[in-house]
Amino acid sequence: MLSFYTLFHKETLRVKKVAFQTLLSPILTALLYLLIFSHVLERHVEVYPGVRYTAFLIPGLVMMSVLQNAFANSSSSLIQSKITGNLVFVLMAPISYVEFFAAYVLASVVRGLVVGTGVYLAALWFAQPPLQSPLWIVLFAVMGSAMLGAMGVVAGIWAEKFDQLAGFQNFIIMPLTFLSGVFYSIHSLPDFWQGLSRFNPFFYMIDGFRYGFFGVSDISPWISLAVVGGCMLLLTGFALALLRSGYKLRS
Amino acid sequence: MFPAVDARQVHKHYGSLHALDGVDLRVEQGEFFGLLGPNGAGKTTLINLLAGLALPDNGRLSVMGCDVVKQYRDSRRLLGVVPQELVFDPFFTVRETLRLQSGYFGLRRNDAWIDEVMHHLDLADKADTNMRKLSGGMKRRVLVAQALVHKPPVIVLDEPTAGVDVELRQTMWRFIQQLNREGQTVLLTTHYLEEAEALCGRIAMLKHGQVVALDSTKNLLNSVTGCRLRLRLAGALPATLMPQVIEQKDGNYLLALPSYQALELLLAELRTAGVAVQEMSLQQPDLEDVFLRVMKVEHEEAQSC
Repeated sequence: MLSFYTLFHKETLRVKKVAFQTLLSPILTALLYLLIFSHVLERHVEVYPGVRYTAFLIPGLVMMSVLQNAFANSSSSLIQSKITGNLVFVLMAPISYVEFFAAYVLASVVRGLVVGTGVYLAALWFAQPPLQSPLWIVLFAVMGSAMLGAMGVVAGIWAEKFDQLAGFQNFIIMPLTFLSGVFYSIHSLPDFWQGLSRFNPFFYMIDGFRYGFFGVSDISPWISLAVVGGCMLLLTGFALALLRSGYKLRS
Repeated sequence: MFPAVDARQVHKHYGSLHALDGVDLRVEQGEFFGLLGPNGAGKTTLINLLAGLALPDNGRLSVMGCDVVKQYRDSRRLLGVVPQELVFDPFFTVRETLRLQSGYFGLRRNDAWIDEVMHHLDLADKADTNMRKLSGGMKRRVLVAQALVHKPPVIVLDEPTAGVDVELRQTMWRFIQQLNREGQTVLLTTHYLEEAEALCGRIAMLKHGQVVALDSTKNLLNSVTGCRLRLRLAGALPATLMPQVIEQKDGNYLLALPSYQALELLLAELRTAGVAVQEMSLQQPDLEDVFLRVMKVEHEEAQSC
């Protein structure tokens, strides 16, 4: 148990040591999106009746930051340790593959939630979305960040170079986030794209998360919960199987 | 009593490369054991299997009786490995690195021992320095400290003195020898044969993934009979002695002598030929002779079949 806790502690300590890059800069990025999109669209778009576009946008941006940072944390930490070679200290220690996985994912959840909270608090200065049911908010934030943390573990194990990881981030994570309804409701999309969006697990995370704020969503939060939970279990199983086999880590 | 390290018919392939080809090796507790061999002989592969960085294809490998695959938690706790590569985590200071390492091995509040290890390795004044800012030699010391932080009964050092200055070598060996006297088993691979000769009680030589020699250092040294004679002559060496020449350069000769008795005959021959000896020294066989002979014999055998 102490081995697991130490690995988790190491991961969070690493985030703290480079907080400028890992915590502050993603918050600033999210605020820039907020500033620009709300300035451009505030007077033109009303997604939910009676909800200002800026207020609608905030949960989306918060969740986007949560997800991206959760992914970045486990994936970049793993690839750095692999490339610099210091992962051997973890691999030679009496740490099971389950503990290994749990420590990296939990650290990702923590970073995701800290950045998300930071974005939310800073965004309150622009608009104050209601907090209909905080439990849903926390639930989707935790599950979403855990899922992306697990995805980051998989990507970190698989990638051998930084540009492979960047490819994963730019060609999978970014499109899935941007096309998930961070900036819009999928009801504003043509039917085809609306249908396609339903195959994007990120859509359910953001939609469910937004439900916690407004009590309104594109689909039932229970369905979103089931989809996100299912995806999380699948990814967890896949990541654990990779770790157990020693794929790319233990030759 | 379980052996410190026990390898039985261990095989490991990397693609078409047979990195370990049926290695049998038993290192008893308390030994200072040397593992020698040319590059690519399989030394590091064997260490990686012990540490769990690689998995054996076949055979059994255990540390103090604990199987490295089935009882990996126990076997890893019993083992401290100093890796060959100079790896470090650039985010942390020396003390943080050692505390994290302690935690990985399930040790809380290990600072008393951490301080002692740092003291023995002359790291105390670098405790709060970031790993990035340390010189290569200092980083090497931290690697040694990391391997010792959980007081493992078996210490594995993979080329620990490669590119390390004399001072560190001495500090390090003094500490490792002290630990060995206190009962810890040491398994060492090195390219410095004089180091292995001075430190190791027993030595195994590896070639192409096989153990080609395994004996006490004393027996290995005795297995090379005769000695070497270095001569500087005023004239040319008589032709009858030429077959014994190993090296020759401007009146300096290195000759192989089958025994000490042969020295008398050789001097007599020089006197008869009227060649004056200007300088002369006898050299005892060292581990390098043994090493070269073992590797060469193997090579010839391989060629003949």
